Amino acid sequence: MKKLCVVVDDKEVQDNPFQPDMWRIVRKYPLTGDVNFFQARPVDVDEALKMDFLPGQFVMISILGEGEAPFCISSSPSRPGILEFCIRKMGTLTESLFELKENHIFGIRGPYGNGFPMDKMEGKDILIVAGGMGVAPLRSLLLYVLDNRDVFGKLTYLHGARTPSEMLFRDEFMQLKEREDLKCLLSVDKDDTGKWTEKVGVVTTLFNDLGPIDAKNTYAAVCGPPVMYRFVIEQLVKLGIPKHQILMTLERRMRCGVGKCGHCAIEYLYTCIDGPVFSYWDVIHMKELIGRGVSDKVIA
Amino acid sequence: MMILKMKKEDLSTFLDSVKEWGELWGPTRREGKTTYAKVDSLSQMDMKATRTIIPPKKFLYPPKFTMFDFDEEGYVERMGDVPKRILFGIHPCDIHGILIMDKLFLETYKDPYYAERREKTLLLGHSCIPDDKCMCFATNTDFIAEGFDLFFTDLKMFYLVWVGSSKGHDLVRMRADLFSRELGKNDIINYTEYRKWKYKEYKATVDLTGMPDIFELGYNSIIWDQLADKCLSCGQCSMVCPTCNCYNVVDDIELGTVEGTRDRFWDSCMFREYSVVAGAQNFREKRADRLRLWYTHKLQAFIGEFGKPACVGCGRCVETCPVDINVVTVSTALKEQEVGK
Repeated sequence: MKKLCVVVDDKEVQDNPFQPDMWRIVRKYPLTGDVNFFQARPVDVDEALKMDFLPGQFVMISILGEGEAPFCISSSPSRPGILEFCIRKMGTLTESLFELKENHIFGIRGPYGNGFPMDKMEGKDILIVAGGMGVAPLRSLLLYVLDNRDVFGKLTYLHGARTPSEMLFRDEFMQLKEREDLKCLLSVDKDDTGKWTEKVGVVTTLFNDLGPIDAKNTYAAVCGPPVMYRFVIEQLVKLGIPKHQILMTLERRMRCGVGKCGHCAIEYLYTCIDGPVFSYWDVIHMKELIGRGVSDKVIA
Repeated sequence: MMILKMKKEDLSTFLDSVKEWGELWGPTRREGKTTYAKVDSLSQMDMKATRTIIPPKKFLYPPKFTMFDFDEEGYVERMGDVPKRILFGIHPCDIHGILIMDKLFLETYKDPYYAERREKTLLLGHSCIPDDKCMCFATNTDFIAEGFDLFFTDLKMFYLVWVGSSKGHDLVRMRADLFSRELGKNDIINYTEYRKWKYKEYKATVDLTGMPDIFELGYNSIIWDQLADKCLSCGQCSMVCPTCNCYNVVDDIELGTVEGTRDRFWDSCMFREYSVVAGAQNFREKRADRLRLWYTHKLQAFIGEFGKPACVGCGRCVETCPVDINVVTVSTALKEQEVGK
């Protein structure tokens, strides 16, 4: 099978893994009221093509004087030279990030984490389920599969948001509905515009429109608010998708990204190097991955 | 490994000579406590001391240091201002602790700050006299075969000196006249006697057999809540534990500028904000969850990954915790399903 992207082992190993490189914001615009889209390029253009990554990986973003935090990459490695992020204003670091304007610089180091196992997912059907901000890492996977459409099987994209105005990348996904090489199903919990043409209801209601799926041959990728996992996973298990083929990407506090600072530890794993992508089997097996409740209540 | 012999009275001369390589540090008494301090000679050291308050990890990984200086241009790493030090009198348990730190900081994504200090710090180990809190025989860390540059075993009239590294060997070569290669029958007998004697000195113990399974079984045990009712979340256990490596990173900025430093300092998973993510969601809101994480990491997860606990039996948690939560009381409570008084 042809290699879709080179994964870091031939990348120059930096002496100091904590050294941020400076990147420049080339595009920035609001996606919704409190979520911004950022597109960035390295200040040193020779570095641009060295940033190779897998969908599902993350970087540490530094804002001078504010500190550093992990952010997942929303763009695809199949579109090299840039990184895109989808970021909600939540605290002091993101507030400062929102104050930056196009052409301003900030720090990036990475990529880190395991990312999605793209080599194993090749040739398989792909079912992506995104809820709210969960689209941030899953957009990378979606664009990657679309850009390498011939090496994957059926592609299904389910996306739920609270309201139409809160749906991230709404126009981008509405356009995807026109394409014939994927099934794109969108829903909102509540239509506050009166103009919503798609489904109304929680994201799991989209499973009714899924049609037949080849469960054993499917990889599912899920990301969303904690409350969503239980219900979505229940559906996926009911469909018969094997537990190790149900993947989710998780969030933890991180101070280093490279397995040193300890904050993201869960039993013997570090979310930063062993994750952030875990399988449903991992979740059953490791009690604290997505909190009590999910692993206790969904007995597959 | 090379083992040499040195007359007891020559140690002072030897240490005076090797000071040429770097600062000499050793255990000293200060206000009734033992602490590492910079010294001029052996006479200032307290060689009878058992444990220092803080383990020698503080030399390899200081409680607070600057990683980067920054301005609007970006981040410039701050390296190279670390003094060369010779640490004398490090006990086997603490060298075992350093070996665990080596694993965490030097494997996959080598930490250059730790590596630099490790490189510039020579560890001269010394045999010890167990007190009523030492449990290193129970954690299999009462002797040490690697990780040091030199190790001195006190056999009353003389020292047996293990040479653990090329740099340690260089120190020996600075005063080759003080060492002998002649080891005889009596040396072996004396050493065997010393081991027997040391073993008899232990008064405390901890039984960590089966801990991974017992932790798994006891995940929802009420003892975590009972222990949490006592715990103060003060984090002292993390500060004094030779295997606690967690840290926080904070940017310190000069008021009204974009210049400052990125500093790294010790953190503890006992602190409430340890697992907080965006939107103030806290994965370990309850004190019981944090307490369980601390002990799970050392006595379950670490054994699962490396085949041994991340406890070197040094007794510091026993000595330090103001409310008697430590490896002994926690492992016993979990096994017996009852929190001791």
